[in-house]
Amino acid sequence: MRLPAPAKAPPVRTEQIILFRISGQLFAVSSASVQEVRSVDTLAGSAREISPSEIRKVRHTVLRGEHHLYVVNGALHFNLPSSPAALVFVLRRTRTALLVDGIEKMTTMSRLQALPQAFCNDERNWYRGLTAIDQTVIPVVKPEGFLTPDELFSLDSALDPAVTPTGEDVAVSEGAPGSVFDPGSSISNPSSLDDVSVPSDSASPLP
Amino acid sequence: MTPLNETESFVLLRLSERRFAVSAGDIAELVAPSRIFRFPHQTKEIEGVILRRGRIVPVIDVAARLIGKKLTSRRFYLIAQRRYTAGTEWIALPVTGDCELISAEMIPASAADLPHVAGWLSHDGDVIEVLNLNALTPGPSPAPLSAPAANTVRQEAFS
Repeated sequence: MRLPAPAKAPPVRTEQIILFRISGQLFAVSSASVQEVRSVDTLAGSAREISPSEIRKVRHTVLRGEHHLYVVNGALHFNLPSSPAALVFVLRRTRTALLVDGIEKMTTMSRLQALPQAFCNDERNWYRGLTAIDQTVIPVVKPEGFLTPDELFSLDSALDPAVTPTGEDVAVSEGAPGSVFDPGSSISNPSSLDDVSVPSDSASPLP
Repeated sequence: MTPLNETESFVLLRLSERRFAVSAGDIAELVAPSRIFRFPHQTKEIEGVILRRGRIVPVIDVAARLIGKKLTSRRFYLIAQRRYTAGTEWIALPVTGDCELISAEMIPASAADLPHVAGWLSHDGDVIEVLNLNALTPGPSPAPLSAPAANTVRQEAFS
């Protein structure tokens, strides 16, 4: 007699994430959402200070191709005590370059729990949900949640008219040798580069 | 002939010196305090979250609203079900003493009562507020008290 083959368990869907710290607080972001990781040192030559606005978390912009990326201070965004940032995450499909203290590690999550509905304020725009890694609950950030459309509009309006969001400022784009966001630029800490290898576009995040 | 009064089951919880009641049907379990995980958010009633049976459960201190001060110590977390328009989720309420299961007759709240009061019951010479967790705890929008209990627990975006 032939026993029926045991039913195969459906494959566990996983997603690669980067655990990082801002002001000591641990966060996670999908590695597929991070286009590049740069040292803040490499920003110095290409970042341009923008005039103070009501959006305190953004003080600098960097020209990237035809668009300006806004450098978001993660500590101010999350209302955390300020801390010296060492790295910048260029977030894919956004105009955000996020300042972070450092990377904890890369790992895989197999479960993302929706943010409990009791959380009913701005945090719903900040996080995709929560995940538990090694018995620790970590919020998984939403890349598009760092700057709202209204904030982007306000920042675009605050930019020097000579520096339009369409990247007309030749002085900045051409005058910043070795822009930190040039694909060929290197991160200042090569060992970190291994840790934060930039995922490819083909990485498929979980639905 | 006088109709018999219907009694219901309630869980009595203690916050400092005061006792409150919650419908027993809304209570999942009573657990010892465990590690609270905190992360930035802007919902002031929430202290953080705990991990319980694989779920991430928000810890909501209702003491400030009910007795006018935050709890400085807690003995248990009362895990309750909070109903939302989109389903039911667990919430953890810190309490300062043992909880007690009783049967009593609830007098429904009147229009003069605060929204978080579902009714009143008399027990051991005390008049005790029965809490409406939907009105007492934060959420996206007020949900009706009599929302169907069969709503599925909405916990995971994926698993």
